[in-house]
Amino acid sequence: MSRRSRAVAWYVLLTALSLVVLFPVYMTLVVAISTPVDYLRAGQPLHPVAPQWGVFANAWTEGDLGRKFALSAVVTAVIVGCQLATSVCAAYAFAFLRFPGRRVLFAVFTATLLLPLEVTLLPNIDTVLRLGWLNSVQGLAVPFLATAFGTFLIRQGFLGIPRDLRDAARLDGLSHLQVLWRVAIPLTRPVIASFGVVAFLSAWNQYTWPRAVITEERWETVQIGLKSLSAATVEQGNVGPAAAVIAALPVLALLIVLQKQLIRGLTAGAVKG
Amino acid sequence: MTRRRWRETGLAALFLAPSLIVFAAFFFYPLYRLVHMATHEQRAFSSRERFVGLDQVTEVLGSSEFLGSVQVSAAYVVYTVPLGLALGILLAVAADRHLRGIAVFRTIFASTVATSVAVASVLFFTLLNPQLGYFGDVSFISLADPDSALRGVALSSIWQNLGLTFIIVLAGLQAIPTEVREATELDGFSATRRFFTVTLPLIGPTLLFLAVVLVIFAFQAFAQVDILTGGGPAGSTETLVWQIFNAQDPDEQGRGAVMALGLFTLTLLVTGAQFRFLARRVHYEGAP
Repeated sequence: MSRRSRAVAWYVLLTALSLVVLFPVYMTLVVAISTPVDYLRAGQPLHPVAPQWGVFANAWTEGDLGRKFALSAVVTAVIVGCQLATSVCAAYAFAFLRFPGRRVLFAVFTATLLLPLEVTLLPNIDTVLRLGWLNSVQGLAVPFLATAFGTFLIRQGFLGIPRDLRDAARLDGLSHLQVLWRVAIPLTRPVIASFGVVAFLSAWNQYTWPRAVITEERWETVQIGLKSLSAATVEQGNVGPAAAVIAALPVLALLIVLQKQLIRGLTAGAVKG
Repeated sequence: MTRRRWRETGLAALFLAPSLIVFAAFFFYPLYRLVHMATHEQRAFSSRERFVGLDQVTEVLGSSEFLGSVQVSAAYVVYTVPLGLALGILLAVAADRHLRGIAVFRTIFASTVATSVAVASVLFFTLLNPQLGYFGDVSFISLADPDSALRGVALSSIWQNLGLTFIIVLAGLQAIPTEVREATELDGFSATRRFFTVTLPLIGPTLLFLAVVLVIFAFQAFAQVDILTGGGPAGSTETLVWQIFNAQDPDEQGRGAVMALGLFTLTLLVTGAQFRFLARRVHYEGAP
């Protein structure tokens, strides 16, 4: 095969694979803008039937999506902000401070990586219930304010700072807090940003925990709201898909912009280098 | 200790306390509570509980509910992991080349990483539901049939994890040194042979890591089931986490706690391998 025809073959394969990956998204758009009853009568074709664009505005008001977006944004901001703060502090302690019990505490942090949310779900629901935190921002956010993953990732970044630089800063009489703020954080900004993007993504996309501690519709996050909207009658069968499109778009746009940070954050620990 | 050492210890305590408080309250205390709940019998409409030792544990572990849900979760692993991994490798190999416009394809392949599990589930509900779904009448993945519903649910997981799998395999491929690639090309190996004898072994550790991650994701599947089938039809999609989630009533909590400890054990077994791998990663730069 010539070089040229080989390139063509790769393009054909890449395009075919893209179509497969995008097919569920395309069909969701088709169902969203079609008039459900007409679409059903036409035998679920590959193209929209009796398109009506008002469905997006409809889903927005019917699902009270404005409120849900605001709540999700607040909870995500609290989680990401606090995770950055707690992880940076803990990472600094593990990277640069000497203190008794360091290895034990490091092991304690590591152990949390072995405890998925689903295992501790029932007792944690109990705790939140007893604190009176059902249907509240605290209930949604507090269990996630610290993370060993973030601590280890940022610690790794801190350890990459040249020793000479740190020693020079200490000789200049900078306190640990000043070293943290003026040397360590600025030098590891790419790592911290990558962690921030991953933290944002997982906080925004949470499902199981909010589903457990939210019992009132007005406290539903975007993700939980999608379930309520998708369980509808045939006549309303386009509202859920429309809401899913609305829910997906801002995150998709944001992550296309922050692609580099996201990919760095996701591949950390998976691939050497 | 010297004064400086005291100061460093104080600062470390201050820096670690916020994380440790969260971990104590929401990671370790619940673990203790689980053991307590598993060994005590709770009664409805009463705050009294009775110590029953391992009776409840053995009873739940032998129950058809628990064994059934473990079976469903195991089937979910079998449906999602090998196919998801294979598709991820296919996408990554296809996109691992210098072509004009390759960035567009890479963005498309990676895009499902941005869709939440809830969005992915609604997408596949749209595709698979018996009324409006384009694939609503494909019996192999029909959500209305107990024999096939789990396969339909699995499809949404495979699709949603594709972005992450693609990103990580591609990173693994790109970490292969150029000299290695060029050497095998010069040796005149065919592309297929090169892939199976050189590339695949080189990205082996990455694939192992991914396999473990995907198995754990499969064990934790809940939103997919909650949105696509609600556990039905006829309980055919009641995964382990679905059972745990639905054991919130006071008189169900003992049962739920045993199942949660069961899930913990399963996760530990699977993570065991990966954990050594991870720990090496975390430790390899050594202490200061």
